[in-house]
Amino acid sequence: MKKIKEVIFEPLFNNNPIALQILGICSALAVTTKMDKAIVMCLAVIAVTGLSNFFVSLIRTYIPSSIRIIVQMTIIASLVIVTDQILKAFVYDVAKEMSVFIGLIITNCIVMGRTEGYAMKNSPVMSFFDGIGNGVGYSLVLIFVALFRELFGSGKIMNTTILQPVNEGGWYPTNGMMLLAPSAFFLIGFFIWIIRIWKPDQVEEE
Amino acid sequence: MQKDSPVRTILVAILLCFVCSILVTSAAVLLRSKQEKNKILDVKKNLLLASGIIQNPKPTEQEILEAYETVRAEIVDLSSGETVSTFEIESFDERKMSKDPKHSYKIPVDKDTAGIKVRAKYNLAYKIFENDELSMIVLPVNGKGLWSTLYGFIALAPDTRIIKGIGFYEHAETPGLGGEVDNVLWKNQWAGKLALDENYQPIFQVNKGVVTPSTVNHESKVDGLSGATITSNGVTGLVRYWLGEDAYGPYLEKLRQSLKGKRVKT
Repeated sequence: MKKIKEVIFEPLFNNNPIALQILGICSALAVTTKMDKAIVMCLAVIAVTGLSNFFVSLIRTYIPSSIRIIVQMTIIASLVIVTDQILKAFVYDVAKEMSVFIGLIITNCIVMGRTEGYAMKNSPVMSFFDGIGNGVGYSLVLIFVALFRELFGSGKIMNTTILQPVNEGGWYPTNGMMLLAPSAFFLIGFFIWIIRIWKPDQVEEE
Repeated sequence: MQKDSPVRTILVAILLCFVCSILVTSAAVLLRSKQEKNKILDVKKNLLLASGIIQNPKPTEQEILEAYETVRAEIVDLSSGETVSTFEIESFDERKMSKDPKHSYKIPVDKDTAGIKVRAKYNLAYKIFENDELSMIVLPVNGKGLWSTLYGFIALAPDTRIIKGIGFYEHAETPGLGGEVDNVLWKNQWAGKLALDENYQPIFQVNKGVVTPSTVNHESKVDGLSGATITSNGVTGLVRYWLGEDAYGPYLEKLRQSLKGKRVKT
C-alpha cells in the first residue's frame, strides 16, 4: 500500500516528468493558452498514461524484446484514438479547439517513457498507478502554466474575466506574448526554478 | 516455443493488432452518431452566433435548436444564383466539395480577393424569418488571413446592402493581433455598415486605422485591427469576394428581384 502511494506521489514534485525528466515539453507549450483546454488535455494524458502502462505491463512477459517498442506504440496509439473519439463525442467544443494535439499525445515522451521505463518491469497495478502519478505530475505543470498564460494573456481564468482587458473596454493591457508558445518556456523555467529552490537535491552538478 | 523466436514475434504482433483494431473500430462506430450530431449542432451554433440571433457564447442545445427554427437553409448554384435541391442540406460540406474536381470551381486569379484559389460550385445560404418576413440573409464566407484560412458567416439585411453581423468560427491568426477578429467590440462595429454600393458592387473595407465620421466612405468601413494589416486586408478581401459577382452576386441579385414590392423587415 505504501508503495502505491509512493509511485503516485513521487512524480508530483520529487520526480516530475516535465520539471526533472524534461519530458513532454511540446504539448505543455501548445495547449496551455486557456485553462479549460489544459484541463481536458491533462485528463486525456492521465487516462492514456495510466491505461497504457497497465496494458503494457499486463502483457509484458509475452512481448518479444525485438518488437517491444512498436508493441508499446500500438497500444498507446489505440488508446489515444479512443480518447480522441470520446472527447469528440462528449466535449466537442474543446476537442475542436485542441484539434491535432489530442492525437499528438501518441508522441508525448512521458507516455512512452513510462511504458518502456516502468511498465515493462513492474506489475500491472503498480504500473497503472505509476502512469496516473506521472500524468498528474504533468498536469500540475500544465495547469500552472495555463493559469498564468490565460490570466496575463487574456485577463481571464476559466473564461471568467478577472482583469478587464483594454480592448474589451477595461483597464488591463493584455500581454500578447503570453498567448504565444515562447512564454510557456519561461513559465516552465520558473516552475523548475521554484521546485529546485524547494528541493535543492534536484539541481544538476556543474 | 522461445519468447523471441520469429514465429512467436509475428504471432504476438498479429494478435495485438487484431485486439487494438477491434478496440479502435468499436469506439469509432459506437460514438459516430453522437459526433455527427455535435458537428451539425456546431454549425448551427456558429451561424446563430455570427448573425447575432443568440448572444450567449455558450448556448445550450435547446437554445440552439429553438433559435434555429427561424432559419431556412438552401443550397445555391453560385454561377447562376439558382437554388438547387440535388444535395442534402444536413450533410452538405463545402470544404470537402471544393477539393473534389467534379464539384469545384477554380477562381480566376484576378477575382480571387479572398486568396482561396478554389471553391465549390455550390454553397449554402440561410434565410432568417421573423413572423414570416425575411429579416436576414446569412452567407458562409472564407478567405486567407496571415497564417490561416478564416471561416465565418456574414449576415445581411434583406436589401442585401447593409451588414447585420459577422462572426468567424475557425481561424489560426496571431492571438491578440489578427486573433482580434473575435473581439466583440470590433464585431459590433460591423452592424449597419454598407457592404455593397448603389450598383450592388462590394465596397466594404476594413480600414487602415480608426474610422471617424470624417473618413472617406466611413459608412462602409470598420476600424483596422492594429498590428494585423494582413489579417485586416484578408477580411476585406473575403467579404468582397463572397458578396461579389464571382460568388453570391447572382444569388443576391435574384433575391432582390424576388423581393421587389414585397414587404420585408428592415
